[in-house]
Amino acid sequence: MEEKDNLITVNIDGQDLQVPPGTNMVEAAAMLGKEIPHYCYHPKLSIAGNCRMCLVELGMPGRDRATGEPMLNEDGSPKIMWMPGPAIGCGTKAAPGMHIKTDSPKALESREAVTEFLLVNHPLDCPICDQAGECTLQEFSSSHGRGYSRFIEEKNVKPKRTRLGPRVTLDDERCVLCSRCVRFCDEVAGDSVLGFTDRGSYSTLTCFPGKELANNYSLNTVDICPVGALTSTDFRFKMRVWFLKETNSIDFETSVGANTVVSAREGKVYRIKPRRNDEVNDTWMPDPGRELYKLIESEDRLTQCSIGGAAAAATDAIAKASECLRGEGIAIVGSGLNSVEEQFALNAIAKTVQAKGVYLVARYGEDDGILMSVDRNPNVRGALMTGLIDSLPEERLDDLGAKIDSGEVTTVLAVKEDLLAAGLTEAQLDKVSIVYLGAHENGTSKRAEVALAGLTQFEKSGTVINQQFRIQKFSRAIPGPGGAIEDLYALATIQANLSGESFPSTVGSIWKEIGSEGTPFAGLSFQNLSDQGQLLDGSAFDALPFKEGKSLHFEPKQEAVVAE
Amino acid sequence: MVVHPKEQRIILKHADEPGYTTDIDCYMKHGGYEMLKKAVGMDKQAICDEVKNSQLRGRGGAGFPAGVKWSFVDRKSGKPVYMVCNCDESEPGTFKDRQIVHKDPHQLIEGIMISCFATDCAKAFIYIREEMPKGAEILNQAINEAKEKNFVGDDILGSGYSCDIVVHRGAAAYICGEETGLIESLEGKRANPRIKPPYFPAALGLYMCPTIVNNVETLCNVKHILEMGADAFAKIGRPNNTGTRIWCVSGGVKRPGYYEVAGITVGELIYDICGGPKDGRSIKAIIPGGSSMKILKNGERYTGKDRDGNEYDWGIEDIPLDYDGIAAAGSMSGSGGMMVLDDSVEIPVALANLMAFYSHESCGQCTPCREGSLWLKKITTRMVHGEARPEDVDLMKSVADQIEGRTICAFGFAVAWPVQSYLEKFEDEFREFAQRHSRTGGDRTAAKELACNH
Repeated sequence: MEEKDNLITVNIDGQDLQVPPGTNMVEAAAMLGKEIPHYCYHPKLSIAGNCRMCLVELGMPGRDRATGEPMLNEDGSPKIMWMPGPAIGCGTKAAPGMHIKTDSPKALESREAVTEFLLVNHPLDCPICDQAGECTLQEFSSSHGRGYSRFIEEKNVKPKRTRLGPRVTLDDERCVLCSRCVRFCDEVAGDSVLGFTDRGSYSTLTCFPGKELANNYSLNTVDICPVGALTSTDFRFKMRVWFLKETNSIDFETSVGANTVVSAREGKVYRIKPRRNDEVNDTWMPDPGRELYKLIESEDRLTQCSIGGAAAAATDAIAKASECLRGEGIAIVGSGLNSVEEQFALNAIAKTVQAKGVYLVARYGEDDGILMSVDRNPNVRGALMTGLIDSLPEERLDDLGAKIDSGEVTTVLAVKEDLLAAGLTEAQLDKVSIVYLGAHENGTSKRAEVALAGLTQFEKSGTVINQQFRIQKFSRAIPGPGGAIEDLYALATIQANLSGESFPSTVGSIWKEIGSEGTPFAGLSFQNLSDQGQLLDGSAFDALPFKEGKSLHFEPKQEAVVAE
Repeated sequence: MVVHPKEQRIILKHADEPGYTTDIDCYMKHGGYEMLKKAVGMDKQAICDEVKNSQLRGRGGAGFPAGVKWSFVDRKSGKPVYMVCNCDESEPGTFKDRQIVHKDPHQLIEGIMISCFATDCAKAFIYIREEMPKGAEILNQAINEAKEKNFVGDDILGSGYSCDIVVHRGAAAYICGEETGLIESLEGKRANPRIKPPYFPAALGLYMCPTIVNNVETLCNVKHILEMGADAFAKIGRPNNTGTRIWCVSGGVKRPGYYEVAGITVGELIYDICGGPKDGRSIKAIIPGGSSMKILKNGERYTGKDRDGNEYDWGIEDIPLDYDGIAAAGSMSGSGGMMVLDDSVEIPVALANLMAFYSHESCGQCTPCREGSLWLKKITTRMVHGEARPEDVDLMKSVADQIEGRTICAFGFAVAWPVQSYLEKFEDEFREFAQRHSRTGGDRTAAKELACNH
């Protein structure tokens, strides 16, 4: 095969394959659908080469020592000189003509040996281990192990249930010392707190004296731990992983929009883990985003619509809300927590009622340069691109307050936001009639003429647009509470009632309008949007002073304005 | 002190002379630092060529040609080049570097400075074994003296070349002597050896800069190569095994100790120089180059063809005492620590002792060595505690085979080789031992109960 486009030809188990320079043999084999088992190798961390599970046979085309000419077989093909010992796949980078054998007797025997070694001091407590079912040691033991033990000695004893930090619990006996967590803390989180003490088989993972694993990314160590050594204190002993149904979602914490997987069983979410997206979050996510599922069953959850404070059927509440919104003097407070679809519907309402003002409430926090951006709204750019707003939101609704004071605004449609928290006074709220739509109760919902109980992001589908102007979709993991109503359906019905024309009320159907020609979303639909999202053209908003600074896969367009 | 006539002392020439001290005046009275003075007036490449032509091989263990090692240094990176003197002499049975450091430190400093000048190193480090505190003191004192005389430091002897030597005390672990483990330790980290590729010291060594790591004895030899010329040096010993070597003999001989020799046989060292076995004893086996090397059994015949195609048929005493001779007998000269086991030694007990050492010294980084070495220790310990099983012999062999050649550094070999070679050469003794020390007669369940209670 000829070399082209700087690709390097390697041969894996007799199959030629072209790979980019720098590709290691674990990745190269994966391109052919072959799994080279490994523990310590992680695509987003440096190479440690310590587990020795990925040992393969390695050969290079021979060259005559005297003449430097390539050595050839009788049939004219290059003669491959095989190394006497096996080499690690993860630490072997592609070189022209390289040959590896991943399934030769030698390679298989090496794996069997490593598997045996890893098990001799392993407690084999799978029945009570949280990792069981998603444990690489368990999987490789069944696929590469001997199935019996030759070890009759006493096993090593190490600390159990060590609290490494507020969110991570360590069982040292299960640890295979792959050092992924150590490398993660050093290389990604930038918080070197983990290391090994003692030596040989007594090596023990631990925190540096006086330190704890408390950084904002500590739970990623649990995700990358190939065994059940590092466990999430929150998830520990809660649920067997094989019962969990996984749904792709997006982290709503910040405008980074880390890709996630939500694991649920029978209508209950048990955990949230990151999902790999090399353009957004690699394989990581911040810790706080993993606890967002607690919003679902929080004490202030709205589970029932109400009219004038009295419980009401959803249909009645929507009809009443539509009534409230007829007439003059209407302002709309949307939210950066809404999906693109909801913002699109809200914009339609704003146009229909000729709103006296459309607002979003800004949320800002500290930027950590990794996966927590300044903007704590996941979808401000969605509001911009749907035309709901045309400038960056502010943290306080002082402008709306002035309009209420002047009597220009008499009715407010508030979605998800608490107007009191956004700077309005109780006196101001008392002067207006309020329609509230949201999943949680707050000062505004309590004063609302109509309160519509909405859904959390885990109970509905939709899209959000992150800081890169990448539109990403999240899907429904569990159904919402019985008395609640899907936000998009509520908004669409109100719009239909107000305008007298039908309006699409599902995520699938609304994209026929959102994605119509001439819009920034032309050609897109919810169904065909890939799980890795799609970059949109955000150049129309280049002039806006977005506050996000540099982070993992994000470069701000202009010098970030320091938040006051 | 009487030097045996079969010794040929070059490195240790003055070390044991009465009245010879470690201070610089004494060293200079004996012609010290003359070679450094000569070197700074020479072309750097010429010195490197001399070392290459002398065929000097590393004295630390692997026996790699020093001049070739120097030529691998990555000069294109633009980064500084570092010289690291490996003085972490920790291979059981080896105590030669200690003699040099304690008795003739300036010889080492001169060797280092000539080597640094020739390879244009920016800084030199002496990584000295933690257990040699006095050695570190002596070296620091000697370096200060050398600095006063401008042999070390800025603008050495007006040559415009500057280089400082830093003495760093080691982290008290066997693995700190492995060159990449040493580098990690020198950087202040745990001495976990690095994976190669990509971290070859010649390109990505200390602080990710090109680094030369040489043994103490190797660096001392550089001075003598310059003094006598590459050709004269190459005439000492056999071709490809040039120069003298300091052998450290311990165990069952009448006169254990360190002996600097060249061109003799194992028999001449053990019987002539060391006086043979103790009275009433006979030699059972020797471990030629430090505890990790394969054992050679007395009474065996070592046959084969040498590099020139000549057939040889040696008894243990006929083996030429150098790199190629011992390699031809199936072992390695290693660090020159020769252990003589006489007939009072029970081989399984010796192996248990070694496994206790190696399992304690495994860094724990990579799986086969970490788990395998402790497993072997547990088996051998159980055996000598009288709970052996007949199948233990095959099990140990299998575990050792599973370690060999699959680890990050050569420690895997150091664990596996003794087990493999002891079992190969003394299999009958192991089987007999297992039989004699079995309280359970091969009953698996009973053996397990015993194993869990010892």
